[in-house]
Amino acid sequence: MTNTKFPHGMTRRGLLKSGMAMTAAGLILPAGMARAQAEPKRGGVFRIGLGHGSTTDSYDPGLWEQLYVQTFAAARVNYLIEIAADGNLVPELAESWESADGMTWVFKIREGVSFHSGKPMTPDDVLASLNFHRGDASTSAVKPFFDPVTDIKVDGQNVVVTLNAANADFPYLMSDYHLPVLPSAEGKIDPNTSDGTGGYIVESYEPGVQATMNRNPNYWKADRAHFDQIIMLTILDPAARLNALMTGEVDLIDQVDPASIALLESRGVSKILSVSGNAHYVFPMDARAAPFSDNHVRLALKYAFDRQELVDKILAGHGSVSNDNPIGPANRYFYAEMEAKTYDPDKAKFHLKEAGMDKLEVTLSAANAAFSGAVDAAVLMSEKAAAAGITINVDRVPDDGYWDNVWMKKPFAASYWGGRPVEDQMFTTAYTSGAEWNESFWSNEAFDKLLVAARSELDDAKRREMYQEMQRLVSFEGSTIIPMYNNYVMAVANSVGTPEKISANWNLDGFRAVERWWFS
Amino acid sequence: MNEIWLMIGQRLLLGLLTLFIISVVIFGATELLPGDLARELLGQSATEETLAALREQLGLNDPAPLRYWNWLTGVLQGDFGVSMATKKPISELVGARLGNTLFLALYAAALSVPLSLLLGVLAALWRNSIFDRASNALALTAISFPEFFVAYILVLWLAQTGLFPSMVRITSATTTGDLLYSAFLPALTLTLVVTAHMMRMTRAAIINLLASPYIEMARLKGLSPMRVVLRHAVPNALAPIINVVALNLAYLITGVVVVEVVFVYPGLGQLMIDAVTNRDIAVVQAIALIFASAYVLLNLIADVLSTITNPRLMHRK
Repeated sequence: MTNTKFPHGMTRRGLLKSGMAMTAAGLILPAGMARAQAEPKRGGVFRIGLGHGSTTDSYDPGLWEQLYVQTFAAARVNYLIEIAADGNLVPELAESWESADGMTWVFKIREGVSFHSGKPMTPDDVLASLNFHRGDASTSAVKPFFDPVTDIKVDGQNVVVTLNAANADFPYLMSDYHLPVLPSAEGKIDPNTSDGTGGYIVESYEPGVQATMNRNPNYWKADRAHFDQIIMLTILDPAARLNALMTGEVDLIDQVDPASIALLESRGVSKILSVSGNAHYVFPMDARAAPFSDNHVRLALKYAFDRQELVDKILAGHGSVSNDNPIGPANRYFYAEMEAKTYDPDKAKFHLKEAGMDKLEVTLSAANAAFSGAVDAAVLMSEKAAAAGITINVDRVPDDGYWDNVWMKKPFAASYWGGRPVEDQMFTTAYTSGAEWNESFWSNEAFDKLLVAARSELDDAKRREMYQEMQRLVSFEGSTIIPMYNNYVMAVANSVGTPEKISANWNLDGFRAVERWWFS
Repeated sequence: MNEIWLMIGQRLLLGLLTLFIISVVIFGATELLPGDLARELLGQSATEETLAALREQLGLNDPAPLRYWNWLTGVLQGDFGVSMATKKPISELVGARLGNTLFLALYAAALSVPLSLLLGVLAALWRNSIFDRASNALALTAISFPEFFVAYILVLWLAQTGLFPSMVRITSATTTGDLLYSAFLPALTLTLVVTAHMMRMTRAAIINLLASPYIEMARLKGLSPMRVVLRHAVPNALAPIINVVALNLAYLITGVVVVEVVFVYPGLGQLMIDAVTNRDIAVVQAIALIFASAYVLLNLIADVLSTITNPRLMHRK
């Protein structure tokens, strides 16, 4: 399901206009093939300019939360399991894994891998690295993921994890970016080490400014980490980022402002990579209190705005319409056939009437901290909702302190999700009753039951059915408006080569652009 | 000479008092910021449990006066403390950034001060000439645009054409020569922004003096206009000029965040913004105090210099 979408300007006409050498054969090829693919080549200094990073960033894996540290990590460290570009799990530091009942998981740890310091990587390091995120004293953001874990132990070359209930998707958790394998001593890792088993060794790191890494000459993966050196820069200003790419100061930038895409393309020095994944923008409504406690009110709002308009105007087309579904097209059990919601003021009015109202007035709090264009999106929604008798007052709040003072505090606000590779993870994190980040405070017994049942269901067809039913519940009874999936939009210098398929589970090729990409 | 030392001493004491008051204000203001460090560190993914654990670890649960006292006593011993977020000593964090900021400020000052003094004197000398009007108009135009606009225009003209880099990278291997080259655009931006102020002040101060009787006398003696201005007018106009230069120098140190962001220059302003958004209060306080000290110190120097240049203030009684 994962696919690299071709951006706007790169239509046939665009290709001709930009004067790229195109043969007739090239024009007949499907868009995805038009980008010439060379074999990966070794060498070069890869300079990355990211719109993230701050002086408070640290090596502590429990605190990682944004793209700079995530990508920096992907260059230095390895995980037990990797998510391949097609969304399937492939071995990384774990050679294989198996479970008979979904409760006891055995991970066979790869032999012959060393840390940068020269110390061999052992199952004990894996154990210590996982234990860092467990226990009362842990400050790790993924501590809740380990709640169902009752025991982790080393057995020869294996690491055995025991859960309190079956979970068919547990190996996906082991690919989470918070869970690198770090060197340990006496059963503990040093969370502030720069050491790892990854393809690059840190030469210098100045948090919030830059990092320089050199290729690990003893890297255990033969076909990865193609650059000699990687320089990662923090460039917070979108215009400065664009300038850096256009003037050749960097080879890759993230978060390209949709409004600038046409400009970048007209310069011809770079190409846009637009990857559709599971990331989505949301407007959670507090289901605990009126008016949002009534599902008819929530449905009225869901029919009262134009999703395609938001995709066109807020994302400049670099995204797709979502049917209030947090499970994205890159997920395995995505429910594509679900009845679509279109802009329908009459239907919205009908639901208002069902809720016993002719008119509705709500306040939507938004700041661009939630996502770029959140305030504009709120205004667009408010314009369209007027026809259905719904007044949406847009309350523009400051970016600073947004997650503290507005998110999950105001009844109706903007937010975003990076999406999750596994349905269960997405639902558990944000949609089960009482979950820590259940932004809408939605609680649905049928949904909760299905979620637990699906987790331990090992028959794939039945699981698909269960997950699709859950998506329907969230979409039609849930308390979160999800208007669109946003693409990951990056721009690279023309000299940068990428694999045919760019991973969509996270930004920057699942953070792994640093080891999967090359200079052609 | 004793009077001078006495005055410097007095001013220093007053300066310290000012800094003390500022420290109280800084501490109070940072207390008012919504949210706290633990929350910002963990971001959207914070849970109550992990928040509580992290708050305890960082000592955020002590009462405010106690934290102020601990901080102040530390600062008095030259110890700004440890950044709560990065666990690094603040002096280490701030040190390199302060160096960068001072470098950019001095670079911009080295360009703008001679330029504006020269333009100011010439404009006064050739008052109402084409030169006077043109330089005034240009300087005022430059100061009227917001900094980021000036910066982007320069990037468009000078960086996208390949003459100068659009961003500044400072590594341990960067030489002063490289830095002068790569930091040219930010320095030029700042120069354009501050020149008008100093130039206009110079021009106004000199023109003001040109109307006084002793200048008339000098003219009547038959001195050349250049000599009248340089020998007779400028020394008496120094006090206001020194003051405006000091003010602009302070601005160059403290107020250049926007330029730092556009040119990705790792200066103090950027660090402070980072620290504010991350609620790394100790760093915010340290930088605010450094900025306040820069103002107090530069004003002190300006006061002393303008006193020295003025015989009436030097030899009272």
